[in-house]
Amino acid sequence: MSERAGEKKLDLLITGVGGQGAILASDIIGKAAVISGIPIRAAETHGMAQRGGSVVNHIRLGSDLGSMIPKKGADIMLALEPMEAVRYLDFLKDGGVIIVNTQSIIPVTVTSGLSKYPEVQEILDALSEKYVVKAFNADELAHEAGSRLAMNVAMVGAVSGYLPISKEVLLESVKVLVPKKTIEINIRAFEMGREEVEES
Amino acid sequence: MTMREYMLGNVAIARGLLEGGVQVIAGYPGTPSSEIIDTLASREDRDYHIEWSVNEKVAMEVAVGAAWTGVRSVVTMKHVGLNVAADPFMTLAYAGTKGGLIAIVADDPSCHSSQNEQDTRRYAQFALVPCFDPSTPQEAKDMLPYAFEFSEKFEIPVIFRPTTRISHGKSDIELGEIPAEKAVPHFEKLLDRWVMLPKNARPRHTHILSIQQAMEDELAESPWNSLEIKPGAKMGVIGSGIASVYAKEALQELGLEASFLKIGTYPVPKKLILELLSTVDTVLIFEELEPVVEEQVRILAQEAGLEVSVLGKEGGFVSREGELDVSAFLEALRKAFDLDIEPDSGKVPLELAPRPPSLCAGCSHRATFYSMKKVFGKDAIYPSDIGCYTLGIQSGTVETTLCMGSSISIASGLYHAGEKRPICCSIGDSTFFHTGMNSLLNAVFNKANITVTILDNRITAMTGHQPNPGVGFTVTGEPTVEVSLAELCKAMGAGFVTVVDPYNLEETQEAFKAAKEFEGTAVVIAKQPCVISGKRAGIKRVPYIVDPEKCEGCKQCVKFGCPAIEFDEENKCAVITSLCSGCGVCAQICKFDAIREVKR
Repeated sequence: MSERAGEKKLDLLITGVGGQGAILASDIIGKAAVISGIPIRAAETHGMAQRGGSVVNHIRLGSDLGSMIPKKGADIMLALEPMEAVRYLDFLKDGGVIIVNTQSIIPVTVTSGLSKYPEVQEILDALSEKYVVKAFNADELAHEAGSRLAMNVAMVGAVSGYLPISKEVLLESVKVLVPKKTIEINIRAFEMGREEVEES
Repeated sequence: MTMREYMLGNVAIARGLLEGGVQVIAGYPGTPSSEIIDTLASREDRDYHIEWSVNEKVAMEVAVGAAWTGVRSVVTMKHVGLNVAADPFMTLAYAGTKGGLIAIVADDPSCHSSQNEQDTRRYAQFALVPCFDPSTPQEAKDMLPYAFEFSEKFEIPVIFRPTTRISHGKSDIELGEIPAEKAVPHFEKLLDRWVMLPKNARPRHTHILSIQQAMEDELAESPWNSLEIKPGAKMGVIGSGIASVYAKEALQELGLEASFLKIGTYPVPKKLILELLSTVDTVLIFEELEPVVEEQVRILAQEAGLEVSVLGKEGGFVSREGELDVSAFLEALRKAFDLDIEPDSGKVPLELAPRPPSLCAGCSHRATFYSMKKVFGKDAIYPSDIGCYTLGIQSGTVETTLCMGSSISIASGLYHAGEKRPICCSIGDSTFFHTGMNSLLNAVFNKANITVTILDNRITAMTGHQPNPGVGFTVTGEPTVEVSLAELCKAMGAGFVTVVDPYNLEETQEAFKAAKEFEGTAVVIAKQPCVISGKRAGIKRVPYIVDPEKCEGCKQCVKFGCPAIEFDEENKCAVITSLCSGCGVCAQICKFDAIREVKR
């Protein structure tokens, strides 16, 4: 993990479901990058697609070009939902790292019986064939930290060791961006997410 | 020390407008343009007028009036908004302006949140006005003060055209100064400019044609175009707007030697294009959507008698549909030069369930559609409109969607064609105020026997909860008149107008039955605040749960399609999740009385 310390260029993909807080997660990283003096480009899903649909954010640290990560260009994927990890795999480098929240969100297409949701274990096994996978239930972890709503921040904590940004600056950014009343919970969630990946 | 901030593209655009000294801002919400006005309205130190207008045509005219007093004004909209505002815009090009006037028209290649992917650069060509096409959020911000000055210098409105990836991209942005001094408004009565009678319009057409070359020359020298000739390179690349950035990245990645022209303004810098064409054998043109640059390059090469092979949309090297990216550039190179570039194989090893966007848990539109379908049945025809409720396609009650306000007029056309099945259309409150009003007036006037359902969720929800004339406050939160939809419909002559609470299924279905029976144009207004803005405004409802003892597993509630209702296959029982917002509609649907409020 610390091999990356000297390198400032990193392409990160955040995938998930509209409403999970993918934008806040990328904002925490983006703001921290600016504080650290690292150029940053990001692309987000807004508008119609946000309403419970599949969302993907591109984050390019150390980039002064476009905000879109080329196919097979991402170093790391942070997946807030397991099926959404698979959906955007074509953006990830072979051998890239996937940090995935194992808590699934069942889409209406499945509850209404139109399609099937694959078993989470099946997803993790498939991902592990080509990529380095760090999987844990970030919803449960956030719940332990004080609120399920802090799941996105727990996931930022989980990826934090891979980023060319210090933990202190990331936490500073968390404090500025989350609602005041929830700062403590979010810091706890961040720390727990970070430990989860460090230990694995 | 320079200030750098992490900003959304649209926030950077808002900043650019401030740095350009904007004094009047009007617009109609539309993805991906909406956050520009949202941002400017939320500033505390406002020294400008800002408004959400009722539609883009109106917004354009407000900006025109302001600019004719000599102040700098801007109008914002999405690409299709310019179709609505095209009437004033096309003639405004003739009349011109005094104060700088920028029409920000945000394009949406790939239709991320739109009904088409028209290219606004075509409008600029059509209207003979300049167009600015930024390649990054930083450039977008920096272009705006320049665009105001340019507009004032040539006394012509200009188009500024960000795309989704600019507007909804984020970047570290270097900020500039906000000027303290602003123009003092004074409307000069220049009748030969502001009254577009034929005798005044003809010389203005001559005028606008006569300044094209001077505008092009000035733009060619601007920082928004740049030409890099690589000595000895036989290949050239022309990239426009955001596509230029993708092309640049791909060339860097491959370490390919090519001369490069980046274009950021229209009319295109012909001088620079000719300079590039005279040094290369082949030129690849990389631009999103229409071949606007490409057509100009082909004309120039032919006029100059240059033997250059021009590759672009023609020949299928670059797609004319959707947005481009780095991979699209590599693909174009591979096709053009038979290069050995590994094509991307993003193989997904598993079959995935689609996850389309859907109406929120507790959304009143779903409830209205449920009642509508119950009363009007499968056989009826359901024209609809543009808003969150277009997602009602999943409820089987959205059968046409063309453009803003069209539901009522299409319903009228279906009826007048002689269609005998019942017709029930749906339109949101903001869309009704936008252009649906005209259609209702027309339907009543021409005696269309249809039911019009106004889905009044008390906000313009899809684009991020902007106010409209029905909500009682302006963009800055200032109280204003709350226009009554019911009174408005009655005033326009609708013979049947009723307001219902869509969460009350019985009441709503009774109203639909009466509307269906009514001979003539009937209006049902389904009034219930959007669950998102309602929650923000402090509306609290008790969530519901399923009593597993009473649940028979009939799945009627599951079929309702609310994201908060799942089915436990093991226990053959419905389950309500934490997404429940407490609308209580599923409890009314349940025949076994198995759904009830969580006990407090």
